[in-house]
Amino acid sequence: MAYTFNFRDVFAAKDALLDGLALTLQLTATTIVFGFIIGLGVAATAVYGPRWARRAAHAYVEVIRNTPLIVQLFIVFFGLPSIGIKLDVITVATIGLAINLAAYAAEIIRAGIESIPRSQVEAGVSLGFTRAQIFRHVVLIPALRNVYPSLMSQFILLMLATSVASQIAAPELFYAGSIIQSRTYRDFEVYTVIAIAYLVLTVCLRLLFGAVHRLAFRR
Amino acid sequence: MIRDLSWIDPVYLVFALRWTIGLTVLALLGGAPLGLLVAAIGNTKRPAMRWLAQGYVGIVQGVPLLAWLFLFFFGFPIMGVEVPAWLAASIALSVYASGFLGEIWRGAIKSIPRTQWEASGSIGMSYAEQLRHVIIPQAVRIATPPTVGFVVQLIKNTSLASVIGFVELTREGQMTAAATLAQLPVYLMVGTLYFILCYPITVYSRTLERRLRGVR
Repeated sequence: MAYTFNFRDVFAAKDALLDGLALTLQLTATTIVFGFIIGLGVAATAVYGPRWARRAAHAYVEVIRNTPLIVQLFIVFFGLPSIGIKLDVITVATIGLAINLAAYAAEIIRAGIESIPRSQVEAGVSLGFTRAQIFRHVVLIPALRNVYPSLMSQFILLMLATSVASQIAAPELFYAGSIIQSRTYRDFEVYTVIAIAYLVLTVCLRLLFGAVHRLAFRR
Repeated sequence: MIRDLSWIDPVYLVFALRWTIGLTVLALLGGAPLGLLVAAIGNTKRPAMRWLAQGYVGIVQGVPLLAWLFLFFFGFPIMGVEVPAWLAASIALSVYASGFLGEIWRGAIKSIPRTQWEASGSIGMSYAEQLRHVIIPQAVRIATPPTVGFVVQLIKNTSLASVIGFVELTREGQMTAAATLAQLPVYLMVGTLYFILCYPITVYSRTLERRLRGVR
């Protein structure tokens, strides 16, 4: 059977695609910021917190890492209104994605913190550093340097995972694709364009993170 | 027609788990041989072959799984082949698994010291024989913990097959939620079932990893 490809209908909707792309970038950026901050807090709690808080941090990480993102998004999407919190879908998606990313980031950062030898901390103490100074200069920054590649891979996976937010109707790139598909019936062409767009985004993020790495950890 | 959530609904959800597990098994059956091929090609001496393997991994990992699912679901019909949702989902998840397993296994093979290659080469083994008799038996130990860890990823990601209408646990949950409007309890149940399935495997993967580190 001969099939005629028709990409014209897809590109005719480029405004919708660009709007979707903008939201994908926005979701990725805000989720990375919030997910990293929460993840850092959870990791610090898991290492330094009192016993009950360590347990809670571990439980959070395990629950999130052993359940699918799409189910987590559904739970946030339907759960927030049921406790009386009504937010727009983009905020809901950001919350859901940040809760998800934070667990993975926490696990990576925790591994980084635990990779710092105790002797380093003792050296910091003997130099008269305060606890905050030790955490910042002796533990955290070297720890982040050690786990930077894993953390960046996780951020790229997160960027790809923002596509799942289409399932709660957040109008990001993938959702834009499904709208164009329902209008033009050019399913294969639409998803080819979408897939290539994500691939280009992945390559761009990789280059960006590589450049950041050279700037931030230059010695 | 809206009905109340009844005692039978959790039972249906538990039974839907078998499709989640079935899809995971199919994805592994398809993804493992392909992943092994990627790992083997990615460790040859020829740069062109290595680039081929890396390019494949880069493309598979650089596109969201949702897009792979739709590409295979809509791609077969335009070639004139009608495939049911379960088959499209199995193929998409196999490709996805082959990219990640290929990369895990390529790294494990690469971590085997070069002397092992040289020794086996010097007794006249071919590349395939070296892999089969010397390299892979050692690489398996290193690769097992992350591979088991990836199985958890795979189980969770079968949930995305719901978007092309394959009725596994998440899709069953969506249908129950739509019929009862009890979305939150239903999705909490669905999440719990995934957790019960995945958590033991996560713990097992961690035990393997600890054991590996202890031995070394």
